[in-house]
Amino acid sequence: MPNLIAKSALFARAPLTLSGTTLAEAQVGQITSVAAFPGKLPEATTALGGFPAPNSVLGNLIWTGPEQVFVLGQTPDLTGLAAVTDQSGGWAALRLSGPMAADALMRLYPLDLRASHFPKDTCARAPLGHMQSILIAEESGFLILIFRSMARTAWHEIETALQALTARAAAAL
Amino acid sequence: MRIAAKGLIDRTKPVSFTFDGKSYCGFHGDTLASALMANGVRLVGRSFKYHRPRGILTAGPEEPNAMVEVLDGASQSPNTRATVQEIYDGLAAQSQNRWPSLRYDLLSVNDLAAPFLSAGFYYKTFMWPRAFWEGLYEPLIRRAAGLGRLKPQNETASYEKAFAFCDLLVIGSGPAGLMAALTAARAGAHVILAEQDSVMGGHLLSDGGTLGMPWVDATLAELRALPNVRLMARTTVVGAYDQGTYAALERVGRHLPSAPHLPRECFWRIVAGQAILSTGALERPIAFENNDRPGIMLASAALTYLNRFGVVPGQKITLFANNDHARQAVRQLMAAGVQVAAILDSRADASTVDDCPVYLSAAVTDTQGRHGLTQISGTHAGGAFQIDTDCLLMSGGWNPLVNIACHQNARPTWREDIAAFVPHSGMVPGLTAAGSANGAFSTHAALREGADAAIAALTELGRSATAPDLPQAEDAPYRLQPLWAVPGKGRAWLDFANDVTVKDVKLAAQEGYTSVEHMKRYTTQGMAPDQGKNSNVAALAVLADATGRGIAETGTTTFRAPFTPVSIGALGAGGQGAGFAPQRYMTSDQASRDRGAPMVEAGLWYRPSYFPKPGETTWRQSCDREVLMVRSSVGVADVSTLGKIDIQGPDAARFLDFVYTNTFSTLPVGRVRYGLMLREDGFVLDDGTTARLGDTHYLMTTTTAAAGQVMRHLDFVHQAYCSDWQVRFISVTESWAQFAVAGPMAKMLLNALLDERIDDFPFMTYGEVSVEGVKARLFRISFSGEEGYEIAVPTAYGEALFRDLLAKAETLGGGAYGMEALNVMRIEKGFITHAEIHGRITAFDIGMAKMVASKKDCIGKAASQRPGLIGSEREQLVGLRPVTKTDIGAGAHLFNPGDKVERVNDQGYVTSVCWSPVLETYLGLAFLKDGRARHGQRVRLVDHMRKTDVLCEVTDPVFLDPEGAKLRA
Repeated sequence: MPNLIAKSALFARAPLTLSGTTLAEAQVGQITSVAAFPGKLPEATTALGGFPAPNSVLGNLIWTGPEQVFVLGQTPDLTGLAAVTDQSGGWAALRLSGPMAADALMRLYPLDLRASHFPKDTCARAPLGHMQSILIAEESGFLILIFRSMARTAWHEIETALQALTARAAAAL
Repeated sequence: MRIAAKGLIDRTKPVSFTFDGKSYCGFHGDTLASALMANGVRLVGRSFKYHRPRGILTAGPEEPNAMVEVLDGASQSPNTRATVQEIYDGLAAQSQNRWPSLRYDLLSVNDLAAPFLSAGFYYKTFMWPRAFWEGLYEPLIRRAAGLGRLKPQNETASYEKAFAFCDLLVIGSGPAGLMAALTAARAGAHVILAEQDSVMGGHLLSDGGTLGMPWVDATLAELRALPNVRLMARTTVVGAYDQGTYAALERVGRHLPSAPHLPRECFWRIVAGQAILSTGALERPIAFENNDRPGIMLASAALTYLNRFGVVPGQKITLFANNDHARQAVRQLMAAGVQVAAILDSRADASTVDDCPVYLSAAVTDTQGRHGLTQISGTHAGGAFQIDTDCLLMSGGWNPLVNIACHQNARPTWREDIAAFVPHSGMVPGLTAAGSANGAFSTHAALREGADAAIAALTELGRSATAPDLPQAEDAPYRLQPLWAVPGKGRAWLDFANDVTVKDVKLAAQEGYTSVEHMKRYTTQGMAPDQGKNSNVAALAVLADATGRGIAETGTTTFRAPFTPVSIGALGAGGQGAGFAPQRYMTSDQASRDRGAPMVEAGLWYRPSYFPKPGETTWRQSCDREVLMVRSSVGVADVSTLGKIDIQGPDAARFLDFVYTNTFSTLPVGRVRYGLMLREDGFVLDDGTTARLGDTHYLMTTTTAAAGQVMRHLDFVHQAYCSDWQVRFISVTESWAQFAVAGPMAKMLLNALLDERIDDFPFMTYGEVSVEGVKARLFRISFSGEEGYEIAVPTAYGEALFRDLLAKAETLGGGAYGMEALNVMRIEKGFITHAEIHGRITAFDIGMAKMVASKKDCIGKAASQRPGLIGSEREQLVGLRPVTKTDIGAGAHLFNPGDKVERVNDQGYVTSVCWSPVLETYLGLAFLKDGRARHGQRVRLVDHMRKTDVLCEVTDPVFLDPEGAKLRA
């Protein structure tokens, strides 16, 4: 058992709810990057039990680049098939859910995030403002993986977008 | 003056506002212009150059005269068009470009000096003496010129940026736009309908025609109810960019009192599969002498004020026009009970049938009334006339609003029958013009073209649509006879906003500026905030006439984005203050701040500068103590910001040999090696250490500042030169928190925390360890010259480990050290940073030529051996030590003693300096010509910035422990 205290990027930060849309730090557990070596994708796919198409999520596998996925949770033995790198601590996870989620993120991402165009289990490596991130569409919102060191800025950017949308809604009444 | 029962304003909601400090009342739905007009205010601004009194010319965003400053708390928005600004309770506006007041403006003396102030006046007058330009003329001219003013404080209001996507973007919501949106929306396409006005409907709101509000309301209601339609009012599309991207500016809070977090404006980037340009047309003024007085306005504007706002611009109105269409305005004004003095039609063959006197072959040749029109005079078929009138409406025909179609540099086509430029297909890929923007001026034609354009656009997108039934609407032909300027000797304004007259354009032609682009720049026509919306076509028509060419041949100037002014605040939304860049925080951030450490930015990271102790009043005291602490006991520093790249695969070693100058394939597992990386041009890119974690597994470290650059470089090399190699790499910078533990007691400190003691852990070794139950990586490396280790744990444990290390270090008499101490210690050791490897430095320059392995190739190797990159003429890394104990600074230049201090004698420059508390002297690292051969010699260090001139001894760059005995202890 570790005697060191582990802290998440936004440890103890309370979720923020504005206009029914909630921003919260999420705990996604183990994140492992799997990058298949040239020619080894078929074997790696078998070992992983599948491989997501570009910009999509397949179970616990998130497409992050050509022949590369992030695995949430346990990773099978891929020795000789792929470079396997622990990424767990490097990413902060933010979950944004609720009716304003897409509108808020379309202030920060240059992407069409309407459900018709970015449905559940779609993902993209895309910039959130100036920060590179991995964006994943979920059932009722989005999961955002962002460099851990930038988590506070990401939170602030999303909070600002939500505040502006809330103020707009109030002004329209 | 208000007219009862007219207009779309809400008379149950009075609104109070101020203009130039005086309170007025208007109604909800009024613009500042309509509300001022209702209050009888005619004089609203002063012109740019001659400070002529000006009134309201238009009823839309093209307004050249009625520009005001809107005051909002700490900020002030200049050049706000009163014809666009909606009033709200508490709105405070003031006139601009006048002093001391709008009515008595001292700079109106310019108007008397007008004979001297024609186009080119500045160029001709302020030529000499040459030296006077910068010191005297330019500041004076700049003070006198300009329209609105900004407050000197930083902008604090909030702005927003956003993205939107659609199948069809419809720009403008007049009959063509509404019909296009309806057609596409019914077919299921995603439609964005953008309208610059606060209310949708375009000229249907204001023309008083048969197809009025019921149809507009019904259409909007249907659109609003559809989930695939987004109606964006107060949103001006300002530019057309590549691949169907359009920029648009939404006035979100401009029409409301400011509220927390409510953006003033939102800058939209809209990506559309297809777009329809249904922006309508602008009525054009006619140039005649003194045509710029308050009370002279466009006929269509008067119609808008009547039907949209229930207000009329005068008591006794006259019309001067060259077309049939403009007569609608006076007919409706008469129907509303307003007296119309006369219709002055410039044509000889126009109808004379109207309920007021109609004069043909008419020309207005002069007007009277300093602060407001009182009288006009001229000639008509029956001879000379003089008419008392307080409002003259003018109409020179219509210009389709082609601007956005021209944003990708295509030029519009001249159509002789309507005497106007129209867009043609393909000017902006995917953009089609419809309605009066396309030269189809009747309402019926606009509706038809809107529907047709939508069907065509949807066909392009692979969808089908059918045209809705077109409602009954007027389909009157548009008859006009071009009239650009009434001949005369006096000043007849073309460009009201920049005070450009017919004479100025003629003068430009006479002086050889016959190209329309040259005329524009010589006269400044079209260069004011309205960008020539009211004047471009007339000005080039005058130029065409003056040069004996046709209008089509003369051509237009370039239409550029933005269509209407865009606040810098909107473009830079989110970027105010710290929003400029992401802030990166280390896991130790709070622990450092708790100890009072001032943070410095290193790249995007915030790192502690030093850790002040009680009693320390300057950074130097803390820094000196921290250096001595590390050199005598133990210090701890967070070095997590260094880039870390995990490299795996059977070809990992080969890849490293390729990107590093030295060899890594020979590095044993469990060992660490210093590496140097070159750019393709042979200059040094970065340096750092790389550990071999396993047979096919390496961990590279980079400097903090170049982490991203190195990652990009590796990606490039891999993708461009060896994509088939069995190697994969990924950044793990953020995955590990890493701490330097340095000093003679470093091992003692680590052993107090590690689960298993380390005893024999030689310099440049790597090993896996366990610290307080957490798996960690331990590297024996040193950037301080002391016995040094770096211990890395998964980031989540970073803060805990840092605090535990500090607690135990303090017990040993050690503690945390910051960037300042780190820098001093590396200078004492002659270790380089990006202060030295700044991009113009080769391996030879820093004495590392031998690190470029001879037995293998690497990126940059061949280029690094080009003539000129090696040899005694190069400036080489040396140490500097002042002969006397004097302060020296980085950036200073070096000269041979005795040489004159001037550029040609420059021998080199200083890159880093510090006070060494160990050696008790200032030390410098510098690049000096043939420096390695000059150890022991003296150079003169001259710092023009800090005004120092110091004699220094040239030394080896390693000042302390050159044998590395402490390092390897």
